[in-house]
Amino acid sequence: MIFKKLILVGFISLFFSSSLYAADCGPNGQSIRILASDFPAIHAIANAAESNCAGSASEFNRNHTTEARQIMNAAQTPNPAEYTSVIVANSTLVQLMNDGLVRPLDDLVEKYGGHLKSNQLITVDGKIMAIAFMANSQHMYYRTDILEKSGVDGIPATYDEVISAAEKIRAAGIMEHPLVMNLKVGWNVGEVFNTIYLAHGGEFFKPGSAEASINNAKGVAALETMKALVEYAHEDHLTQASDDTQGLWEAGQAAIGFMWGSRGGVILDNEGSSAEVTSNTVLSAAPTVTGGSIPGATLWWDGITIATNVSDSEAEATFAALVSGMTSEMVAANNDDAIWLIDGFKPGPAAAGVSATAQGGAKSYPMFAQMGLLHNALGAELVDFLKGSESAEQALSDVEAVYETAAKDAGYL
Amino acid sequence: MKHSTFLLFSLPSLSVMFLFIAIPIVSVFIQSLHIEHKQVIIVTENCDPFGCETTTSVDTEASAKLKEKAPLGKFNGFKTYSNRMHFAFDELGEAWKSSDSFTVFVKKLYNYPLYRALSFTLTYTFIVTPFVLFLGFLVAVGVNNLPKMFKGPTIFASLLPMIVTPLVGSLILFWMVDGDGVIGATLQKIFNDNSLSLKASPVLTWIMLMVYGIWHLMPFSFIVFYAGLQTVPQETIEAATIDGASKFQRIRHVVIPHLMPLAIFITLILLMDNFRVFEPIIGFKAEAHATSISWLIWNHLRESAYPLYNAAGATSMITIFGVAILLLPVLIRTWRDFKEKNKG
Repeated sequence: MIFKKLILVGFISLFFSSSLYAADCGPNGQSIRILASDFPAIHAIANAAESNCAGSASEFNRNHTTEARQIMNAAQTPNPAEYTSVIVANSTLVQLMNDGLVRPLDDLVEKYGGHLKSNQLITVDGKIMAIAFMANSQHMYYRTDILEKSGVDGIPATYDEVISAAEKIRAAGIMEHPLVMNLKVGWNVGEVFNTIYLAHGGEFFKPGSAEASINNAKGVAALETMKALVEYAHEDHLTQASDDTQGLWEAGQAAIGFMWGSRGGVILDNEGSSAEVTSNTVLSAAPTVTGGSIPGATLWWDGITIATNVSDSEAEATFAALVSGMTSEMVAANNDDAIWLIDGFKPGPAAAGVSATAQGGAKSYPMFAQMGLLHNALGAELVDFLKGSESAEQALSDVEAVYETAAKDAGYL
Repeated sequence: MKHSTFLLFSLPSLSVMFLFIAIPIVSVFIQSLHIEHKQVIIVTENCDPFGCETTTSVDTEASAKLKEKAPLGKFNGFKTYSNRMHFAFDELGEAWKSSDSFTVFVKKLYNYPLYRALSFTLTYTFIVTPFVLFLGFLVAVGVNNLPKMFKGPTIFASLLPMIVTPLVGSLILFWMVDGDGVIGATLQKIFNDNSLSLKASPVLTWIMLMVYGIWHLMPFSFIVFYAGLQTVPQETIEAATIDGASKFQRIRHVVIPHLMPLAIFITLILLMDNFRVFEPIIGFKAEAHATSISWLIWNHLRESAYPLYNAAGATSMITIFGVAILLLPVLIRTWRDFKEKNKG
């Protein structure tokens, strides 16, 4: 009887060691629980982790929700935390770090991360806090056929060229409102300002402090650029976010767009649009200001983190499972789902915009602890200027005042 | 009834009210007096796939120690109520001094979130409430005069706007008024203006929200009035008819006085409901042109990374006071009527 059991144990350990050979899943019998946003690239990473390591884990749960950002802090604060890993982006990493909810990954990277590239490691003060796997940014989309028809030479590379191209399209009577941008009141309109302000070389805070510094000549110039662009944007632009602008583009109602790189694959595929639109859509770098060199975009990455409030062995198993999915085979199978930062990625037409924007030297979305508060203030206060009921200086000073009030209440000032 | 018996009888309801009404309100009030502790900020070097930047981070250990000592946060008194997010006293004083006319001052007032929200909320309340009362009454009288076989289906159909969830109702209407939607495109055709957009103009947005509010709430006043109409004494109506009163006179002098207590009840509920208008603003994505008090509360809490509990608490308290002020005239009147009746 004992002998039989021994043989059984031997077989089981053989089975596990063979699975270890395929992918190192760390400690056995742990619970792996992942909270993540809901788009194809994240599913690809999580699928790979699940197929590699679900067998050796006691449970493997995934919660994919677009509202992940809203629940992550509440879910991760208790001990033990609700999830062993949250898949984050620039801003959400800061959101978790502000409450101390992610752990440093240095020793785990040493043990399991031999295949990771050095630029995948997100470090804060020298400590690895996240492992990035894909990049994203806003950039320009344009319709070659419409630009040609209205007599625009070449690709508009600066905001001024974009505006004159839009004017030519309007003058040619092709479209009254040839531009689409994500300008929905709130986060989106704030983000558009961020991109154009960065293109003007602006800084969001006084160095080393949490005091906002956007009410300056660069801020005003950025707002003037924004207003000039908005002239040519769809009338309902203040209600439009990514889904709406993508819809307008696919319906052929726009000739130049500033949209997310992650929409590229969806726009270029053969669903939801006509061949006339998809075959003439080209993705290119975000424009710069005339005479400037920084593309008007914020670069984003998405990556994995490991919770602070879980046991070390759960943390280890979760990390091992997730990085086991970051292989060139996974990338090869899901090449067009994202701009992968992992080895083996072959950039296609859908990746051209983000690549060009990143190579052009665009800035990352800033990781200041208090950035979200300023972003909220921008999202709320710039609208009056865009509607024409306020001057640029007034709007910017309103933003600073709103930010200051909120930052004081939240303890940052 | 003995006082002690009365107390014993009302004890369950009093304790429930205390638990579920008084305690939450007091806790919200206390929260509104506190702000977050000072975050301990350190300058850090952050590196990502695109390069390294010097930014700031929160020193979580040091900040957690502060929090442990006083979990409620730092006492701030009534400063949250007077700051720029709410009554903005300092800023208003400044604006008053620097404005040379009242209109300039009002324009500046509109720059502050609470006053902006109040202007829409009050306009909405004072326009939607009478319309809902009046139209609801008309529909009730109309349905009451229908032949019996049509009454059931008509009542059901008239209740539909209220059955449809506000968010869904407003979303559907939002799509319909789009430039490519049924209503939006028809309006563009009627006015022969391709750039006419209900979503882009502040005035049209306000009108759209109010029309939606009237549509959504009318069934409520309709059904209450309809129930009331069933209790109108037939003898009085017959007597009035014999005296030669026309249909209009019968409604004016018999039905309306009979329904007056109901009208007051509906007004109270509508004032409270309309003062808390929220869903249509989200559904119509109308934040650019119209914000309400309830929307402000939501906005303070929306950012999960930096929820401003103090600001949300203060706005909630302001809402309660606002509702109380709105209801006061109606309540005083009811109290007077009650006293007079008791005297007689």
